[in-house]
Amino acid sequence: MEQTISALSAMIAPALLIPALPLLGFILISLFGKKLGHLSGWIGSLMILGSFVSSLVLFNGIGSEGKLNFDLYEWIKFAGTSLSFGFLVDQLTLVMLLFITGIGFFIHLYSIGYMHDDEGFARFFSYLNLFVFFMLLLVMGNSYLVMFIGWEGVGLCSYLLIGFWHKNPAYNDAAKKAFVMNRIGDLGFLLAMFLLLFYFGGLDFDTVNNAAMSMEKGSGLLILTTLLLFVGASGKSAQLPLYTWLPDAMAGPTPVSALIHAATMVTAGIYMVSRSNILFIQAPPTLDVILWIGIATSVFAAVIGIKQNDIKKILAYSTVSQLGMMFAALGLGAFESGMFHVVTHAFFKALLFLGAGSVIHAMGGEQDIRKMGGLLKFTKITGFTFLIGSLAISGIPPFAGFFSKDEILANAFEGNKVAWILLSLSSMVTAFYMFRLVFLTFFGSFRGTEEQRHHLHESPITITLPLMVLAVLSVIGGFIGLPAVFSDTHTFRSFLNPVFEQGHTLVAEHAHPSHATEWMLMGIATIAAFVSIGFAWTMYMKNKTLPEPDEQLSGFSKVVANKFYVDELYDKLIVNPIKVLSDLFLVLFDKLIIDLIVNLSAILVDVTGRTYRLIQTGNTGFYVFAMVISMVLFLLFQIVL
Amino acid sequence: MLSLELLFIPLFASLLILFAKGKAARALALVFTLIQLLVTGYAYTIFKANGGAAFEFTQAWVKSPVINIHFGVDGISLLMVMLTNLLLPLIVLSGFNRETKRPHIFYALMLFMQFALNGVFLSMDAFVYYIFWELALIPIYFIAFNWGDENRGKVTIKFFIYTLVGSLLMLFGFVFLYLSSPQHSLDWNTLTQFKTCSCNQTWLFWLLFAAFAIKIPIFPFHTWQPDTYKSAPTQGTMLLSGIMLKMGTYSLIKWLLPIVPDGFKEWQAVVITLSVIGIVYASIIAIMQTDLKRLFAYSSIAHVGLIAAGVFSFTQQGLQGSLAQMFAHGINVVGLFFCADIILSRTGTLQISNLGGIRNQNRLFSSLFLIVVLGSVALPLTNGFIGEFLLLYGVFEYNTWLSVFAGLTIILGAVYMLRMFQNVMSGPDSEHISSFPPLHWNEKLVLILIGGLIILTGVFPAPILELTQPAIDNLLK
Amino acid sequence: MTNLLQTPEATQNWYLLLSTVLFSIGVIGVLFRRNALIILMCVELMLNAVNLLLVSISAYSGNVDGQVFVFFIMVVAAAEVAVGLALMVSIYRSIGSIDINVLNKLKW
Repeated sequence: MEQTISALSAMIAPALLIPALPLLGFILISLFGKKLGHLSGWIGSLMILGSFVSSLVLFNGIGSEGKLNFDLYEWIKFAGTSLSFGFLVDQLTLVMLLFITGIGFFIHLYSIGYMHDDEGFARFFSYLNLFVFFMLLLVMGNSYLVMFIGWEGVGLCSYLLIGFWHKNPAYNDAAKKAFVMNRIGDLGFLLAMFLLLFYFGGLDFDTVNNAAMSMEKGSGLLILTTLLLFVGASGKSAQLPLYTWLPDAMAGPTPVSALIHAATMVTAGIYMVSRSNILFIQAPPTLDVILWIGIATSVFAAVIGIKQNDIKKILAYSTVSQLGMMFAALGLGAFESGMFHVVTHAFFKALLFLGAGSVIHAMGGEQDIRKMGGLLKFTKITGFTFLIGSLAISGIPPFAGFFSKDEILANAFEGNKVAWILLSLSSMVTAFYMFRLVFLTFFGSFRGTEEQRHHLHESPITITLPLMVLAVLSVIGGFIGLPAVFSDTHTFRSFLNPVFEQGHTLVAEHAHPSHATEWMLMGIATIAAFVSIGFAWTMYMKNKTLPEPDEQLSGFSKVVANKFYVDELYDKLIVNPIKVLSDLFLVLFDKLIIDLIVNLSAILVDVTGRTYRLIQTGNTGFYVFAMVISMVLFLLFQIVL
Repeated sequence: MLSLELLFIPLFASLLILFAKGKAARALALVFTLIQLLVTGYAYTIFKANGGAAFEFTQAWVKSPVINIHFGVDGISLLMVMLTNLLLPLIVLSGFNRETKRPHIFYALMLFMQFALNGVFLSMDAFVYYIFWELALIPIYFIAFNWGDENRGKVTIKFFIYTLVGSLLMLFGFVFLYLSSPQHSLDWNTLTQFKTCSCNQTWLFWLLFAAFAIKIPIFPFHTWQPDTYKSAPTQGTMLLSGIMLKMGTYSLIKWLLPIVPDGFKEWQAVVITLSVIGIVYASIIAIMQTDLKRLFAYSSIAHVGLIAAGVFSFTQQGLQGSLAQMFAHGINVVGLFFCADIILSRTGTLQISNLGGIRNQNRLFSSLFLIVVLGSVALPLTNGFIGEFLLLYGVFEYNTWLSVFAGLTIILGAVYMLRMFQNVMSGPDSEHISSFPPLHWNEKLVLILIGGLIILTGVFPAPILELTQPAIDNLLK
Repeated sequence: MTNLLQTPEATQNWYLLLSTVLFSIGVIGVLFRRNALIILMCVELMLNAVNLLLVSISAYSGNVDGQVFVFFIMVVAAAEVAVGLALMVSIYRSIGSIDINVLNKLKW
């Protein structure tokens, strides 16, 4: 408590309200869901709206200077170490809070329409509220431990929501895969926490940051700790090699994909690295690892995205690719740019997913873009908003994605030219497959069944309203971070300054690119995006090429369409050996070796008994004789010895 | 004197129940276990955690050899007494809608078991402790033998002889200690103050450890366990896994560590390695288990392996974690076996491949089952996390690489538990399950209480940790 | 020779000799006779040989402990004969013989 700045103590109540409301929503809906019926959707949404309002209050109260840090109670205590359950609200947290609760609210609203006919309506909202609760805990925690609670909690909710339609075994597999893959990352996180606790003497951010500040740059301990933290981040944020769960996670209902697997949860890794920016800055080799893994993921996922035909899978791979880009930004030390892209990405990716949901809704559950086409005529709002989202993600000015992407690219250009080329490439591929998606879905002629054509309709207002709001945000969202050529102050960066300034003192200030370079970079990026879109237009609009059915694929495109057989590889390399090992252990060790040794003692007794019973001849004379002889011998021994 | 009351309530109840008939037997059992719980709660409220023993009772018994009846509790013992007396009413209540043959004998044995378990945790004299240790084996043997499944004969004999061999070795150890102690006494205080030379501790360690390792069980002494858990009636399995194996882990801390500290440190590396091997080994076997009870049995081996590793890490957090995890594991494993029993009583099978789709039919049960599963995969804010966090941190402080291997438990645990949950609870309706009737009131009550405890002790673990802290400080001095 | 028979030691030696002979007769009887009844009687003979020895040594050393023991042995022997004869009768009834070569059912 001593860290609380007294002027801000009035903010504690709204700060506590932020996670408390969704928790309350979860409890209410899960207890009374059946009675509440469709009311539970509104209750759930209102709770998130309440959190959003509280976040605004907090935003107003804390502003760009303050910092709220307080402990609720001592959670785990041992041997003089006390790990508290406490909250930290600074500018970074505020940014996360605002878009989690803001977008979260609209996605709740959207779900009321989207899940209207689902029998698990109430259950869905209880899970969603629980998810928001854990996500808020994740970003509001004042220590790695509290962050870890949220971290695992969102993993649980993701598990529950991916497997929401639990009658389908494939969905359950996807859910389980997501949880287990996340757990691999969590082990890294856990080990990193042990290192921090042991060598830094605590888990709260202040302690760790202060300790890290005074440490030698690039020491082995720092590198190991940050690498382990990054393992955790790469599990949650679907980076190579732990990304395969995210595309499978699309099994969940579409609002879930939008909220959890695009806008919020998967960015937790980026948040965590940004939160620990001092640690990471002090470990430059880790930053390099992050940079190259980010770039590799970005390019790799973008390439896979080209050959996917499931509307949600395309978006999933694009999410992986964009996350890779954010990590690349972090790897370059441009934490603000990474966070900036997190925010804009949340706007347009949520928009795209919700739009995709609206399309799926209109198509009666169909997700294959080869069976769509010309949908713009039937679903105008969905179509146009989706187009805006695609323009934003492709980096067309002046949409949101342009500014955030441009910042990352500019940083890459300054930092490492190869990185810049690869990221630009990834960005171009993104523009290509996004417009492949747009052209195949919304333009051309309808390729579905006659029945589907009849069914085509625009979605209700609860669905289209969030689309429109998010579309507006996708258009104007980028203006919070205008580059230097347009504006003297970078609003977003200066807002986050209190969080990152300490870290920035640790690195030599590298020169900002000149205005000319910036103009050039923006020009190149824009032209590249237009070229890609043009390329997509030629292929899918002018030549009306259609993606081949799966069985006609051959050569490299087959490999790409099958996602480079990574899943199969993991099965062969990890899953199957463990299964074999399991049988081996049970049959060979447990049953054969160990039990043999145990049973050997029984066998020994048995054999001894069998041998000695031969003496029992049953002949009384023999017994008597033996008795007498024994007595005589006994006496003899007594006398002789 | 309170320790005597804690002992005699279940003993008295056990004798009384023998004369009850039918439903009266289990009602009586519930009443007395609840009284015992109240007394335990009272003991907890007046207990002052200061590292020393409280509620002591001493009475000379045998002059030569010198054996004194000596009971008392410190924070560690009190925690185990609390666990025992908290679980017993739940275990008794869980059988309320089941038909048990000869219930008066069954519940009398159960209460007798409670008496023996309390005795083990309360004893402060090694000889008395040994008597209770053996006494605890008798009721569980009869429970498993008379109420178990078709394989019970072979399995219970294996279990009985296996554990008996271990206790015999322990007895040898105590006899040696008695002879070599200057005052010729087996009192806990004497034994912990007088340290026999480390040349003797080397082998003395194994004499005592054998008994505990078999009871826990630590790899490779574990093969009796899955069969026994499988064959025993579920309430017996709950007793075995929930409380009885804690006798072993408790004794590691209370009897082994302070009596042969040099031997403990000498063999630390060996035992901790065995424990960690056991964790990974049992987890991997659990992944492919086809039977629900066997799966839980192997998961239990993995969990207690981590507890043993934490104890042998010989760190504050390792010992704290092991105690917190003992408490948590007792609750969780009883919950797991109870869920298995609920499934068995409704579907007639425990084969995972025959089950499925229960979630579609019984939402409440599936939610409660999920909470227990989450507790056992150590999700934060459940009780399992506190224990595993501290344990892994303890192992980490001992050796970083071992902690990586031990940490695999959080991954593998998620794999086998979720695989089980998916195949049993989710998916399309199984053709083997025609209907899944709703939970009976007592089943609901037990599961809700267990779920509540899992979350409550996960959010507020401080009372447990504070209770044991002074005693552990004492041990590490 | 007269010395041998007249001193207390000499008398003692005769007793000793007698009891040894009696005992040996008993032993030989047990070893070589096949009738269970006679074996039982030989066992009695051995017991009485011991009794004799006990009484004589007791008298010689002036200590009554030996005589007390004799009473014990006689009581036990009586009990033993009762049980033994009952067994014999029972065996004879069921098998029709008390020849110990026939009585070899108690084996593996």
